[in-house]
Amino acid sequence: MRLGVRDQDGLPPPSMGEAVALRCRSLLKRYGEVTAVDGLDLEVVRGECFGLLGPNGAGKTTTVEILEGILPPDRGVAEVLGCRWGTGGDRALRQRLGIQLQEARFSEKLTVRETVRLFRSFYRSGRDVETVIRMVGLEEKATARVGRLSGGQKQRLALSCSLVGNPEVLFLDEPTTGLDPQARFRVWEIIEELKRTGVTALMTTHYMEEAARLCDRVAIMDRGRIIALGRPAELVDSLGAEQVIEFRVSGDLDPGLLAGLPGVRGVSGRDGEISLAVLRVAETLPSLMTEIESLGLELHRLATHQATLEDVFLRLTGRSLREG
Amino acid sequence: MRLRRNQHGRGPRAARALNPLVELTLARVREFGREPEAIFWVFVFPVLLALALGIAFRDQPPEKLRIGVDDRLAEAEGIVAILSRSESLKPLLLAPGPILQGLRTGDLVLGIGPAEEDLPRGESIPAGARDREEASPPHAYSFLYDAGRPEGRLGRLIVEEALQRGWGRQDAVRIREKKITQAGWRYIDFLIPGLIGLNLMASGMWGIGFNVVDARTKKLLKLLTATPMRRSHFLLGFMLSRLVFLILEVAALVGFGWLVFGVKVHGSLPALAAVLLLGAVTFAGLGVLVAARPRTIEAVSGWMNFVMLPMWLFSGSFFATSRFPDALQPFIKLLPLTALNDALRAVMNEGLPLYACWSEVGVLLAWGLLSFAVALKIFRWQ
Repeated sequence: MRLGVRDQDGLPPPSMGEAVALRCRSLLKRYGEVTAVDGLDLEVVRGECFGLLGPNGAGKTTTVEILEGILPPDRGVAEVLGCRWGTGGDRALRQRLGIQLQEARFSEKLTVRETVRLFRSFYRSGRDVETVIRMVGLEEKATARVGRLSGGQKQRLALSCSLVGNPEVLFLDEPTTGLDPQARFRVWEIIEELKRTGVTALMTTHYMEEAARLCDRVAIMDRGRIIALGRPAELVDSLGAEQVIEFRVSGDLDPGLLAGLPGVRGVSGRDGEISLAVLRVAETLPSLMTEIESLGLELHRLATHQATLEDVFLRLTGRSLREG
Repeated sequence: MRLRRNQHGRGPRAARALNPLVELTLARVREFGREPEAIFWVFVFPVLLALALGIAFRDQPPEKLRIGVDDRLAEAEGIVAILSRSESLKPLLLAPGPILQGLRTGDLVLGIGPAEEDLPRGESIPAGARDREEASPPHAYSFLYDAGRPEGRLGRLIVEEALQRGWGRQDAVRIREKKITQAGWRYIDFLIPGLIGLNLMASGMWGIGFNVVDARTKKLLKLLTATPMRRSHFLLGFMLSRLVFLILEVAALVGFGWLVFGVKVHGSLPALAAVLLLGAVTFAGLGVLVAARPRTIEAVSGWMNFVMLPMWLFSGSFFATSRFPDALQPFIKLLPLTALNDALRAVMNEGLPLYACWSEVGVLLAWGLLSFAVALKIFRWQ
């Protein structure tokens, strides 16, 4: 794959002067009573892959669509590549962006190649149709109708349509939602390949694994605000724990009782599901078992894993990402 | 636009300059062409309709009027022989009962009975006949018919004429008939332009309305507006694709009419093309207008029917608009389909030049421009 080559004639290389690709200041967007984005500040640097992580309804899509120039904010400023929407240069700016929307579906009657060609025709310069089809691994499906593609293939087609203009900034809104693990993995590989081209990417996801793997930096969003920002590893480190013990017991257990157990750095839990952030499982587990036993409770489920962004979210909000 | 390079996408430098308007139009043409139902309703159905109606209303020799001759008349056989000579009469020898029955059901238009018989209703013995009754040989009959029916009155005239002549009256005037049944005057000649008009309306509005709303529900419209695509190109692409299908639709109907029924285009082809083009663009504009806001296919279907139903009824696709009451005429004249049908018939059947249908052209232009302008203003892209 040759992704790094800007393949158009005579286009100057992207200016290096502006280091910030995307910038939001005090962004606010309301839908009736609901405040979708609540005074959001954000900066995405050129060349980085930035992830907005959060449950459904956290305001990720609204934020992205404001930056994409699809939605006007109620208040605040959104800058893309140093430009603001609605100041006269919108179409020129769109030439430099690649956009994939969460729920957009393509015409089922057209083939993959026809669809990519159509999108290619909107851009003055960009990647060759066949190149893009190859980049997303749809060569064998080039002549297939979109209606016959699997979910993963459709998602890759959406990706290819966002790439035809050889964008400087790429917006990917939940690029793997609804895909099976294999198809998701395939999309990840493509995005990783894209990152090597130096494109700036803003992606949203509610899969912490996805954010951890693909993103250079992550902003964890909840209820229209950013509640944590940093490199995925830093965020996990902020838990002060390496591992997590999750368990469920019969009856009531005051989570506070567990804070004093050896190696415990954090306790969160709800509805009998308790999560302990610990330094080492081996250190904490025996005393945990003793504690449960002495309280006369019955252990129903026990699992341990390496600490992830999911645990960060749980610690910050008391809710899991999937609960929304 | 850059010069086209004839490379076939090998390597990153082979990007050809694709024209967005061409690609959008092509996409629309492909989408439509790959919808078997659409092909049927746009191309096959109108032809089948033309075939069915063309056969049902084909020009037959005028139906003969059925005359009942009372078999009790002494001269019944002679009367039948005389009436049989007329090409518009079919005399039947019947008993009085069946004659009355036939008159009641409308199977017979007139009954001939003995002059003296007491007639239950519709008695009619011409005064002149009664006068001669006394002077000349006793050819005296009574006519039984319903004077309220045009066929009854017509039958009465023809029968009397035939009998008078048959029994020896000399004509004072000699008349030579020249009957007109030539192409351009038949029902099928009237019908084909009407079907073309109807088809342009239905396929234009459905083809655009349905696809626009479909793209909106799929959020494809939203995605497209996030690209550098010009919004006007998107809508123009629909219009241009309509023109591609216009050629096919018209070719199907005109070709069919010509091959099967000998329907000819009497006017100039450029004038016809101009009217068709205008009609297609007008209904494309209306289609875009109807599709400008609805978010669901159900909603747009309702609006489509709301807009098209009056034109199905009033615009004279199947029969002349003059049959509607005078009070409705100004409204009917303002409907775009009426204007299109009238202009098509003026050009196709009467061979008139384009400027002769300036008012129809004006109506079409007004509808097309207005609806397109309003549609662009209120169009919902997301």
